[in-house]
Parts: sequence; structure tokens; C-alpha cells
Amino acid sequence: MDQSNQQKTGQISGAEIIMRCLHEEKVKFVFGYPGGAVLHIYDALFKQKDFKHILVRHEQAAVHAADAYSRATGEVGVALVTSGPGATNAVTGIATAYMDSVPMVVISGQVPTAAIGMDAFQEVDMVGVTRPCVKHNFLIKDVRDIAITLKKAFYIAASGRPGPVVVDIPKDITAEFAEYSYPKTVEMRSYTPVIKGHSGQIKKAVKILLDAKRPMIYSGGGLVLGDASNELIKLAKALGYPVTNTLMGLGGYPATDKQYVGMLGMHGTFEANNAMQDCDVLLAVGARFDDRVIGNPDHFLSVPRTIIHIDVDPSSISKRVKVDVPIVGHVQSVLGEMNDLLASETKKPDASALKSWWAKIDGWRTKKSLSYDGSSTSIIKPQYVIEKLWEVTKGNAYVTSDVGQHQMWAAQYYKFDKPRRWINSGGLGTMGVGLPYAMGCQLADPKAQVACVTGEGSIQMNIQELSTCKQFHLPIKVILLNNRYLGMVRQWQEFFYENRYSESYMDSLPDFVKLAESYGHVGMDIEKPGDVEGALKDAFAMKDRFVFMNFLTDQKENVFPMVPNGKGLSEMILGSDPNKDDAANEIEG
Amino acid sequence: MKHIISLLMENEAGALSRVAGLFSARGYNIESLTVAPTEDATLSRMTIVTSGSDDVIEQIIKQLNKLVDVVKVLDLNDGRHIERELMLVKVKATGALRDEMKRISDIFRGRIIDVADGSYTIELTGSGSKLDAFLEALDKTVILETVRTGASGIGRGDRILKV
Repeated sequence: MDQSNQQKTGQISGAEIIMRCLHEEKVKFVFGYPGGAVLHIYDALFKQKDFKHILVRHEQAAVHAADAYSRATGEVGVALVTSGPGATNAVTGIATAYMDSVPMVVISGQVPTAAIGMDAFQEVDMVGVTRPCVKHNFLIKDVRDIAITLKKAFYIAASGRPGPVVVDIPKDITAEFAEYSYPKTVEMRSYTPVIKGHSGQIKKAVKILLDAKRPMIYSGGGLVLGDASNELIKLAKALGYPVTNTLMGLGGYPATDKQYVGMLGMHGTFEANNAMQDCDVLLAVGARFDDRVIGNPDHFLSVPRTIIHIDVDPSSISKRVKVDVPIVGHVQSVLGEMNDLLASETKKPDASALKSWWAKIDGWRTKKSLSYDGSSTSIIKPQYVIEKLWEVTKGNAYVTSDVGQHQMWAAQYYKFDKPRRWINSGGLGTMGVGLPYAMGCQLADPKAQVACVTGEGSIQMNIQELSTCKQFHLPIKVILLNNRYLGMVRQWQEFFYENRYSESYMDSLPDFVKLAESYGHVGMDIEKPGDVEGALKDAFAMKDRFVFMNFLTDQKENVFPMVPNGKGLSEMILGSDPNKDDAANEIEG
Repeated sequence: MKHIISLLMENEAGALSRVAGLFSARGYNIESLTVAPTEDATLSRMTIVTSGSDDVIEQIIKQLNKLVDVVKVLDLNDGRHIERELMLVKVKATGALRDEMKRISDIFRGRIIDVADGSYTIELTGSGSKLDAFLEALDKTVILETVRTGASGIGRGDRILKV
């Protein structure tokens, strides 16, 4: 050991510094997996009691669980992985969090400084690999920089438009010694996120809103991340305007409220999509007009409307759709100011225009675009399972989902009244998130009901986490909508590829009940519609048990409404349309 | 339309790759990119020549500002500015060509900075379009090698990009 690595009075090791920093940041859980490059860190971790380490079975799950913990609580999620394969396994999780703007700090081990660039064992350029899918990343090269770098990492992750930050730490740095002091605050001349919106723009927005004849409020994940749900409810109630949420924004506005018109977008309701298309004033809050939400932007812009857009990230504004009144600021602060202005405003919304607008919306509602044929007594409809899940959990559960048809049904049929209850991968669309997401939620709120709605394709992408759930006694309820197909792939193949079901059938499925039981969990097969409600009640009555519910569902069920790729929002195919399959074929031609 | 974007960023390892990565990931054009430290050793100055519609340029500026290491961004085309680029061209210089190359170089206010039996190396400074014009004035077969620095730019008068 060279001279520089001798511990002097007042000095602690890099690994211990990391522990102290995590303590300062009030971290309660670290999700991780040990390995060579992080052994010093794990040794320091062994000696501390400030936070609990959750040992996962695959690094991807560590990052997803940390991500969900953050989505459920609003705190910064923390994951710890080793170098090389540990780091690359974490990348899908990091990219998932990045696409949905989830604040997270991922600490990755790195080979010793002297070995960097030598193609050392378990070496990968983590800073290079993650650069396109992080908000920022750091490689620490001096033990004295650990504290300030972690402080910056937590600050960057949580402020402005949140996102994941990777901190890559070479092994030797964690063994060296330095004095420790944690900075109280951090200032970066190159990073100064805006909080308050421009007051002139906010005044202008309020005026436009009050002058609207056919107003619409469209809110997204940014509203949930910005904890501005109460402000939005206040605003919507004061104005009496219709509200739609995006997939990421579900729960931001209560789904059971009468002003709520349902989710919009590719699988949005008839009323939400038509109102979005037909409105004359649109207030977009923490949403980004993405391709799954507005469909074809040219079609969306073919009708004139005035768009007000509130977002903390200036680059989200006028990216896909040119807006008239951009307001860059924290959604909570901006909506709060709008509410204050409205309270002191004598002008009221145009009551007669609003009345006829609501009459039009109610007309669209009569289409009942989420209705489905539930008459069969032998085949379980997936939508029915979600409806019953909502009833049995009284709308209070954390619902995580994977990606595919089941995700859309969960989004459509579970009525979320609170934010941070619907946890899914909206941006990246990562299959396999459901179970680790449920782990993060259950740890965040141990007494809560947590349901993981999944498919037999997705669940197998992180099925190894059944073991983690056993170790930490997580009483999650897996709601597997098992249709023996990669359902969404099959649906597109049916519509757009003349029923050529290329590789979308799930053959050789395991016996999920036995699989769950082998981990000491409870397994259930549910094959009849009549058994759905009872089974759900039984499962949720087992408050301290992990229950794996395998629902054999209709193999041919499709998600409706559907806006085909490249089409306009008001060009939906409805489930009630007798020619829906032909309609779909014609569209893609 | 062509734009010259100037930016100041923290002089840290990997800063250049963040900018280069942003351009490739989002499919923006880079015509040229130059980077060097400034009088303040903690800052690098980068000049990027890019092209795109107004909407695309607006997005580029926003995305650059979003990079955590970027301190300031300026689109030089928003005001009056000066653009300069340095080019070194090695040309064939044998027989009658020796005089001709000298003459063309003089017309463009170039300087011959290296003389060999069969070639000259000409140094030329100016806007990108001047350098283009010089190359066009030469017969393709006489150009042995070309190296350009890419444009640097600075605002005219009081327009200053500084922290």
C-alpha cells in the first residue's frame, strides 16, 4: 500500500464517504447487487444501519425497483451495481427512468483507475454507455470528490426536469482515505433550473382560458412528478373545464370525477380524443404531445386551436407541436399562480359556450368506447379482471404494469383517483418492469395493496424477482392476464399483417402456480369469469402473502379504441364497430 | 439554413462527447465542430456549424442548454458576427504550376508556408465560403491534400459570449 493510501486522523475511506452521503440524503433503500468493483462499498454497507439494502436477482430489477420507489414516493431512488455486466444490466432500467423523467442516482463500480482503458476484467465505459440515457453522469477520479459529486448527483436528479444520474466510481477510489464533509448546498453555473414561470405569460394564459369556448385541459407525467395534482384539481374545478390525462399522467386528476373524460391517445377514450381534437383552447400541463398521444401531428394541427403549454423543460415546448403560449416553470408553481389570478378575477368562463361544449362531450360519451362484450360465462375478459381489481381494492392500490395489452387495459379500466399510484413504463415501454416496480412500491408503502398487472410475456422477463419477493416478504399480488399471446404484437399482426402471427405465440409456458409455490408464494389458476371476483378477494385478504394469480383470459381480445399509427386522434377504431377488423386493414392498406 | 452556434461549457473530460452524442442521437447535422480552452481554464468554447429549419435550430439550442455541462449557448446568426476558418492546402507546384499557384494564392490573400520540389502548402484564412471559393478556383488535379479547422465565430461589437 503506498503512502497516499494510509489513513490519517479524521479521514475515512471512499466507501464510508459514500455511506455518509447516502445517510445525508436520507436514503431509506438501496437496491443493488454486489460484485468485484463494489466490494469495498458493500463492506462499508455491511457496517451501517441507516438504510436497508435490497438484494435483487438481476441488476435490471434493482434499477426498476429504485425507479418505482421514486415514482411512488417522489424521493430519489438509489441503485448500486458493480462494473461491467452489472453496469450494462442496469442500462435498460436507467433508460426506462430517463424516458419517464424519474429522479434516480445509480452508483456503479468501475475497475481501478489504473486499469481503466486496459480492457480489464469486467470493464465497460459506463459513462460512455449511459451518456444518451441519463440526465447526467460522472466518473469520480479522486476520493476527495466523492461527497461533492454525490451531492451534485442528487441535486441534478431531483431538480428541474428530473432524471437518472449515474455515478461511476473506480474500485481504488473507494479504498482510499479522505476527510469527509458533505456540502449543504450546491451551486452549478452551468445548471440553474427554472422554477417560477413568466408572470406575463401566466396572465396571458388565464385570459385565454377565460375566453375559451371549447376548452380542454391535458395533463401528463410532469404533473405527477411535479406534485401539482391539487393545484390542477383546483384550477379545473374553478373553471369547470374537461380534463384528460395521458398514460403517464393517470391519477393526476381523479378518474371518478365528472369533469374527467378518460385517458387520451392511441388507446384513449372516444370523448377524450375527440375533445382534444375539437377544442379551441388547450392547456397542456407537464405533457409533451408525443406520438402515442396526439397521433399524426399534421392531422392534429389541421384544426386551429390556441395552445398553452406549461413545462419545466423548455426543450419539451414546441418540439412536436408549435404552441402559442409557452410557460417554462415548475407546474406546481405555475398552476398555483394561475389559481391566484383566477381567484381575483371578476370575469368568469362563458357559461353558455361551456354548456354546449359539455353537451357535445356527453354526446361522445354515449358511444361508451370502453364497453366490451362480457356476456361469456366461460371465457374471462381481461377488462373484467381489471374492473374487479378496482372494485376489490376500492381504487386504492398501487398498480404496476408491464408493457402490452394488459398495460392498456389496466390504464383504461382501473380508475386512478390519486397520483403516484399508477406505475408503468410509458416512454421506453420496457417489458419486465412490472414485478420490480411492484417491489419498489411495496417497500415504499409496506401496508398498501400492490398489484402487478402483467402478461405472460412480460412477467417472464424479470421472473427471477419472485426470489427477492420471498426474501423480503413482499405481499405483492401478481395479476397475470394470460392469453398465451404477446397480445399487443398479435393485435398489430391481426390488424396490419393479415393475421400472420409471427413469433407472437407463447408456447411452453411454465405452470405459474407451481412456480410461485416453489418460492413459497401462493399460486392461483383462475379460468372462469365467475371465479374472478372471489379469487381477487381471497388474494387481497392474504395481507402478508405474495399471491401469483394466473387468469386464463380471452386469447382474441383486442384493445379498443385504437388510433392506428400515423392516423389522427379522431380517426379511432372502436370495439363496437362491426367492421373493426376490416377498418383496421383498410387503414394500413 | 446554416447557423453558427457558439457555446461555453465546463472544461471537463467527456464534455465534447456529450455535444457530439447529442447531435448524432437526435439526427442533427454537424458541418463542423471546433473546441478549445478559453482564457478561463475551466471553460471550453465550442463552435458548431449546423443547418436546419428554424424549428430544428430552436430545438438544437434548447437541447444544448439542457446539457448539464453547458454554461451558455449563443446562435451567432441571431446578430452580426464574424466567421473565420483556417485552411491548409497542399498543391502540386511543378513547372508552370509554380507561378500559377503563387498567383492564385495571392489573389485569395493566402500565404505559402512550405515549399518543396513538387508542392506548395498554402495557408488561407477566411469565411467558409471564401475557402470553398479558393478550392473551386483550383483545378481538382492539383490539390494534393486539404485540411480545414472548421469555423470559429464571434459577435460583432458589444455582442459578447462570456460567463
